[in-house]
Amino acid sequence: MLSFENVGLRYGVGPETLRDVNFEIAPRSFQFLTGPSGAGKTSLMRLIIMALRPTRGLINIFGRDSATLDKDEITEMRRRIGVVFQDFRLLDHLTLYENVALPLRVLGKEETSYRAEVTELLKWVGLGERKHSLPSVLSGGEKQRASIARALISQPKLLLADEPTGNVDPTLARRILRLFVELHKSGTAVVIATHDLSLMDQYDDARRLVLADGRLHIFE
Amino acid sequence: MSLVDKIYERAKALRAPPAPADDDAPALPTPLVPTDSVAGRSLVIVIAIMTFLAALAAGAALLVAQASVEWRSEASSEASVQLRPTQGRDMETDLKKAAEIVRKTDGIREAQIYTKAESEALLEPWLGHGLDLSELPTPRMIVVKIDPRTRPDLDSLRADLRAAVPSAVLDDHHVFMERLGEMARAVVSISAMIFILIVGAMGIAVASATRAAVATNREIVEVLHIVGAADTYIAHEFQRRFLALGLRGAVIGGSAAIGFFLLAQMLTRSWRATASGEQMEAMFGDFWIGAEGFLIILLLAGAIALLTGYLSQVTVFRHLRQLG
Repeated sequence: MLSFENVGLRYGVGPETLRDVNFEIAPRSFQFLTGPSGAGKTSLMRLIIMALRPTRGLINIFGRDSATLDKDEITEMRRRIGVVFQDFRLLDHLTLYENVALPLRVLGKEETSYRAEVTELLKWVGLGERKHSLPSVLSGGEKQRASIARALISQPKLLLADEPTGNVDPTLARRILRLFVELHKSGTAVVIATHDLSLMDQYDDARRLVLADGRLHIFE
Repeated sequence: MSLVDKIYERAKALRAPPAPADDDAPALPTPLVPTDSVAGRSLVIVIAIMTFLAALAAGAALLVAQASVEWRSEASSEASVQLRPTQGRDMETDLKKAAEIVRKTDGIREAQIYTKAESEALLEPWLGHGLDLSELPTPRMIVVKIDPRTRPDLDSLRADLRAAVPSAVLDDHHVFMERLGEMARAVVSISAMIFILIVGAMGIAVASATRAAVATNREIVEVLHIVGAADTYIAHEFQRRFLALGLRGAVIGGSAAIGFFLLAQMLTRSWRATASGEQMEAMFGDFWIGAEGFLIILLLAGAIALLTGYLSQVTVFRHLRQLG
């Protein structure tokens, strides 16, 4: 599904943020991506969603070399990836309902065709009563759940979550993790970037990808 | 079956019946690019002013073109024969002879000899009242009305007159008409130039406002990209926003222009009795641009709104390509 071969990333003329990164993400797999702050977790995520181009190396995504993709093909690939951002990235002028429905709306789908699905998913993440609220009036945890719902709505093949439990209490963190595990069981490959050890301890079956000094170490 | 599968199954089941018309979703989706901002309001004002000026330029060109047609049709339906006093010839006899030749020519509706008193009255604006002009060798006039449907052969008439009355000069006003035509063409050309400049300036304003809007809404663009929006979709969203702004500005500017022409016509009518009013009316008619003129303003406003939307889409698309 996704593979990195000798990938390096450098911002400007500075030192390499990522060096010789090699790994594969198989379909229906579950992995934590961890490492100290500033180790390059977010950069790695941005490489996967093609928001950054590697300085060197090869990234193969859904069977294609990412360097050869044009803009329309990148858009097509991104539609198969759900992303949960650390800072939520909800659009402040849209309601929660509209934010969650965004990936379907940009596909040009009729609003009536996804209304029930979005409403149901919002209920499932505990935001059924707040679907007409604007993000500005929500707590960090609520925004996080809305962000997760937005990433799930298009039933992605690969889900990337950047510190998804960074703004929630332990109970909600467990619930969110359970949601990711369920999603994984339903056939989605999941990558969760986190430095929350207690979260990782709750799911021992997951691979651990550890970033340190720009290099990636894999613990199966 | 996993929990998520169950959710999707339930969601699909819920989709089957017709969507409820309750508060499940907003009646109209919120535009993805926020419409209300200071920059947006400024652009509406700029577009309104530009539309107003463009409509004034178009209206002025129309008024002058209409007036010029009127002037020329009036001037071309008239001609005059001027007889200068010549020693040894009887003016009255020459006048009658010339008038007779004119009347016999095909395509002439009427030939009226101006009396001596009438001819002298024509000189009053230059020479003043109460002068005895009987001793002065004042020229005399025959006013000729031409049938516009069967125009006479003026060259042959001119030759006949000269042969019979050597001092008779036929003036068919063609020099005056040519000058009028040139003037009208110049005014229309200037109006067209002003119009093009206004549209050009508006295009630049819209393009820079669009670039500013993309920069301001950079985060929105990034999120849209990440959730799988194509550049064309994003550009279309910006186009929708700018079309709405353009439409608002064009309606305000177009309405103001229509109001201006209606007011100008009303004022011209009320000033008609005064000398300056008469002159204004002689120059521009009664400022009535007619249904055709109002239609042009409406079309202009619509075109400006569409142009705003189109320009913004092109600008955003180019900007996104550069970002890529």
